[in-house]
Amino acid sequence: MTTALERKDFLRIVALGGVGLSLGLEFAPATAAAAPAADFSPLVWVKMHPSGSTTIVVNASEMGQGVATSLPMMLADELDIPMSSVSFEFSPTSVPYYNLVMKGIETDGSRTTPTMGPAMRKAGATARAMIVAAAAKTWNVDPATCVTSNGIVTGPTGQRAPYTDFFAVAATLPVPTDPVLKTFDQFKIMGRRHARLDAGAKSTGRATYGMDVVVPGMKYAAVAKGRQIGATVASYDATAALKVPGVRKVVQVPQGVAVVADNTWAAFQGRKALTITWNDGPNAKVSTAQIYATAHQLATTPGLVQRQQGDVDAALAAGKPIVATYESPYLAHATMEPLNATADVRADHVTIWTGTQNQTLAQKLASNITGIPIANIDLHTVFLGGGFGRRGNPDFVVDAVAVSKATGMPIKVVWAREDDITNDRFRSGSVHALAGTVSPDGKIVALRHTMVSESHVHIEQPFLMTKAGLDPFAGHGSTDHPYQVANQLMSWHELSAYQTLPVGYWRAPYVNINAFATESFVDELAHAAGQDPVAFRLANMSSDTRAYNVLRRVADQSKWSASAPAGRARGVAVGTDAGGWIATVAEVSMPNGQLKVHRVWNSVDVGQPINLDGLEQQIESANLFGLSAALIGKITFENGAPVQTNFDSYHVLKMLDTPEIFVDVVDSHESSNGAGEIATGFIMAAVTNAIFALTGKRIRTLPISDALA
Amino acid sequence: MVRLTVNGKVHDLDVPDEMPLLWAIRDVIGLTGTKFGCGIAACGACTVHLDGAAVRTCVLPVKSAVGHQITTIEGLAPLDKPHPIQVAWVAENVPQCGYCQSGQIMAASALIARKPHPTDADIDVAMTNICRCGCYPRIKSAIKSAAASIA
Repeated sequence: MTTALERKDFLRIVALGGVGLSLGLEFAPATAAAAPAADFSPLVWVKMHPSGSTTIVVNASEMGQGVATSLPMMLADELDIPMSSVSFEFSPTSVPYYNLVMKGIETDGSRTTPTMGPAMRKAGATARAMIVAAAAKTWNVDPATCVTSNGIVTGPTGQRAPYTDFFAVAATLPVPTDPVLKTFDQFKIMGRRHARLDAGAKSTGRATYGMDVVVPGMKYAAVAKGRQIGATVASYDATAALKVPGVRKVVQVPQGVAVVADNTWAAFQGRKALTITWNDGPNAKVSTAQIYATAHQLATTPGLVQRQQGDVDAALAAGKPIVATYESPYLAHATMEPLNATADVRADHVTIWTGTQNQTLAQKLASNITGIPIANIDLHTVFLGGGFGRRGNPDFVVDAVAVSKATGMPIKVVWAREDDITNDRFRSGSVHALAGTVSPDGKIVALRHTMVSESHVHIEQPFLMTKAGLDPFAGHGSTDHPYQVANQLMSWHELSAYQTLPVGYWRAPYVNINAFATESFVDELAHAAGQDPVAFRLANMSSDTRAYNVLRRVADQSKWSASAPAGRARGVAVGTDAGGWIATVAEVSMPNGQLKVHRVWNSVDVGQPINLDGLEQQIESANLFGLSAALIGKITFENGAPVQTNFDSYHVLKMLDTPEIFVDVVDSHESSNGAGEIATGFIMAAVTNAIFALTGKRIRTLPISDALA
Repeated sequence: MVRLTVNGKVHDLDVPDEMPLLWAIRDVIGLTGTKFGCGIAACGACTVHLDGAAVRTCVLPVKSAVGHQITTIEGLAPLDKPHPIQVAWVAENVPQCGYCQSGQIMAASALIARKPHPTDADIDVAMTNICRCGCYPRIKSAIKSAAASIA
């Protein structure tokens, strides 16, 4: 995983801290200066400077997933310039920069690479073709006789000049609509390891996050919201709050009561000094016990059909079915940067500075609140201190816009960690009823999976629901299993009685609940059949599939067929997410009853890798995000309020419990998929399957720490 | 008035004695490299050096920092002569979202100052800062390579 990076590269990467610094300059509300006339910028995605450096414009949010390095790599490769000449900047939030698939600017679903990657490659090829045409025109030669490399054009009779020499001529040429792209053997940058372009800024404290934004005249605000989700303000007394040094104002907004102050600390102290009486909302009686009682009841009957094949009931009745019920808890995202946004609402104009996964939605919501048209709402994107799906719901932007509108001041709203966890858009809890039969020769004959969960799609994108009330995404991690099964029924119940609990997208949505149940149950079927878990899975797949390939590879990587070291055992899981395939093996021990996850192996096929090191980084990251949840993650509710509030009660993984992680990447020529989510869900089952192999104890309810307690 | 010495520079601040050092550094002095993460000293995003030792500043009243040398990520090393921990951080592509990294780097640099050749167990014990992106394996590896580079 080491990138051999020289010291001079460090200095260059440090210099790219200028990304944050240049963003910093934009914080002045004045309009940006026009680009220097001598830049060559045939498309909005690329600005080639007379100095020889190139700025690549990224219209996705960088929340750690590495997209601010991988998209520039794709453009730079086609443009045939060295990465050492490349820096990036985040795009404005306006129509010319829209992701045409998403019809806006948003970053989610591992969709940036497949949707923007082709556009970035085409932009690089376009600029390159224009420079070649300009060189050919200047030299009076056929463009087909010119070649490029590292930002230099070479002509047929030894002509040789840097791209910069041709900017003026190139700018007069038509922009080709169908430039020739490189073939696989011509790539010089894609598929290799590259240092993150933001690594220097992020290693020197110079990367600018929403939390770090300062604009002239800005005040800081904290918004008091009810502990019970959905509670509303009956009355409040701000007398004591207004006496806190530094507190300037207290205003009621639709979300609660806002304390406006000279600094964050004063705003927090002022909020503590508020006296608020709350009206109960629709969740007043909601508790975890009640939610799961309902969910278990629903799981006893089939729900809306997600996938159906053959006659599962007849097949189950004809055999000796294995049955099991699985359960996953609610979870918080707990991004390291608590949610925040800065807004400056003026009479006819709004400026927003924030890190969000949905800039376009944030603009729409700001427009709804202020009545100001979207064209007059500028949203400046900064680095996101983690996203994991949470920042796709810009409710924190709504807070800042509402408070700025109410006070007439530029306002930075900061959520304390307690706000961040208790006002999360939680990962829904779930219940899964499974039944299956296996033939004497080890083939899965019947598989029935009844899923029960809330639907964040229903809440956040209701237009995606079918007329029958089906969330077509809610079966991911179950319906897309890699096994050949003649009789199967995957169905889903929405926990609709609890729709007022705010669930949301959480890294690898639905896969992160359904894959645990599916791959645990397949493991149960393997053991019931008396078969090795890897051999059983392979025998139930078609051997020409990507699933088969990654499973076979991870078995090799982990030396599955050899015994685990003394006192340890291994478990496996395999499946798909966001168009890619992954197989994961976990190795565990339990000295004195204490679980230790020692090593994790992954084989992953996400199509053509872009930044190989960035891909490995994302597999490690998602492994640990999923492992954290599986081991110790849990949100519970009492009287409509989350019980856990901060890192002392909402537990997350630390260094001490981190296993060694290995990543094996399939060198695919298929089109590239996003890779930020795929490794989240399957590790959960790999670990519980390993615990079964070690102890014979089948963990069917997460988190593992509760099950082993 | 509270007098603080941050990165070698003296600041006289008109803030309450009990204001946590974090907010004096970020909102009053204006050095934003040190991050707010939890407010209860559980995550370590706010770690700085106080006379060379790693401390979590989100619960440390400013009055407790008076008379001590405070070093933030901005003062750890000049940009043209980065700290070995920073060099290792970039060389091993440690950061992802990056928000916790100032705190991680301040904790790691204090560790190797105190213990030039930390074992894995030393690192596990000393590095309790939270990273939700899961940079832990690379943090461990980078600390070891930084320590080796100094030796």
